[in-house]
Amino acid sequence: MTAIIFIHPDGKSERVEASYGESVMQAATRHGIDGILAECGGNAMCATCHVYVDPSWLARLPDMGDDEDALLDGTATERLPNSRLSCQIHVTSALDGIMLRLPERQF
Amino acid sequence: MNATDSAPSADTDIPHLDVDPFSNEFFSDPYPAHEQLREAGPVVYLDKWNVYAVARYEEVRTVLNDPLTFCSSRGVGLSDFAKEKPWRPQSIILEADPPAHTRTRAVLNQVLSASVVKRLRERFTAAAVAKVDELVALKTFDAISDLAEAFPMSVFPDAMGLKKEGREHLLPYAVVGFNAFGPPNELRQTALERSAPHQAYVHEQCQRENLAPEGFGGCIHARVDSGDITEAEAPLLARALLSAGIDTTVNGIGAAVYCLARFPEQFELLRQDPALSRSAFEEAVRFESPVQTFFRTTTREVEISGNRIGEGEKVLMFLGAANRDPRRWDKPDSYDITRRTSGHVGFGSGIHMCVGQLVARLEGEVMLTALAQRIAKIEISGEPKRRFNNTLRGLDSLPVTITPA
Repeated sequence: MTAIIFIHPDGKSERVEASYGESVMQAATRHGIDGILAECGGNAMCATCHVYVDPSWLARLPDMGDDEDALLDGTATERLPNSRLSCQIHVTSALDGIMLRLPERQF
Repeated sequence: MNATDSAPSADTDIPHLDVDPFSNEFFSDPYPAHEQLREAGPVVYLDKWNVYAVARYEEVRTVLNDPLTFCSSRGVGLSDFAKEKPWRPQSIILEADPPAHTRTRAVLNQVLSASVVKRLRERFTAAAVAKVDELVALKTFDAISDLAEAFPMSVFPDAMGLKKEGREHLLPYAVVGFNAFGPPNELRQTALERSAPHQAYVHEQCQRENLAPEGFGGCIHARVDSGDITEAEAPLLARALLSAGIDTTVNGIGAAVYCLARFPEQFELLRQDPALSRSAFEEAVRFESPVQTFFRTTTREVEISGNRIGEGEKVLMFLGAANRDPRRWDKPDSYDITRRTSGHVGFGSGIHMCVGQLVARLEGEVMLTALAQRIAKIEISGEPKRRFNNTLRGLDSLPVTITPA
């Protein structure tokens, strides 16, 4: 199990235990984290599971694909250098304790 | 059947059902039959049309997400393109497999990208507000023709870059396309017999000179210049948007209004928090599943949940039944705008998942927001009439009377 910490826009944080093989988005929706909509269900087609990755964790994430890159240009809140789609982040032991800030809105 | 043979073999273990999912009786109330299909087994065989079918969530997802085994290039309707000539030139996106599909899909992904759709928001919002203001003045109207059809028709053809003349062909053309996925029943035959003028219109309007350069159609054609597609391919991609971009949202918005009219406590919830518009629309897509079914064809012998299917077989996916499978959804038959709908298959899943989903959601969201802000009550004031189509689920008319907020 890998711990993932979501920080809401109001500063409150929630910690969930994620399983290897699932995506961060799946872990979030499974635990009912508000702020991750994931309208397309993880197909990298909607940009509603946007997160801001704590900069210290950024380098540990897998590279971004073209689809994710294009979708991030259309996120509801501003795209920042640490923007990612949580459906494209797969849970590994290397991510234990990762901190992800949730945007104000997803659409 | 050999009861002592425990290994799953041939289709001897697969239940045969005599359900006709393309009959008016089925369309009138599909839910008891959906349950029968789901509960009979993970894979069933429909004797009426000689096809395999999956109606449970898990199996529908499996088929959708394995496009190399369950291909689209032999048609996503009952007709097998390996045996029968398609009724129109084959789609190079809907009816294509990787790697050919990958290239054309990338083009439409960019034409309908998140950043493109974000720029449409203001214009679509203003159109929704204007439409609802008109309806508030009317008080009594048909929520299908005056709202569910009128609103997409007021935004999509312009976004596409179509000329004003001839747009009355758009909805009838889509009706033909969606009926044509079905079996050779009366719905399909009648639709095809009457299709010539609509086909001629669409063929003509998909040519570059008839599309505004800044619209979706013009953007598709611009990809010829960059070498991503050929001159012959561009009109076919434009055609894909005209086939699937209007009637689907008509039925999606129609479904949402029908839900909000039938479940006033949900409309009240929406009025208190119009930010729920987005999920109210999404839940309507799950609940009613405007696109009810699609087919795939097996490219090899395959086993689904222990059931063996041979090569070259048609497999019918019941998206609507999967979206109400109690194995996946809590209280599946309740319309609940606060539900987490992520993972529903109303827009499909996998590589063929609706390429226009962002446009559809934007249309649904801005319309429901405008309704929630301007209307206190929606009451059904006449008998709703169902529209029968081999693929689409929706109403023909929904008389309503509203109380302005």
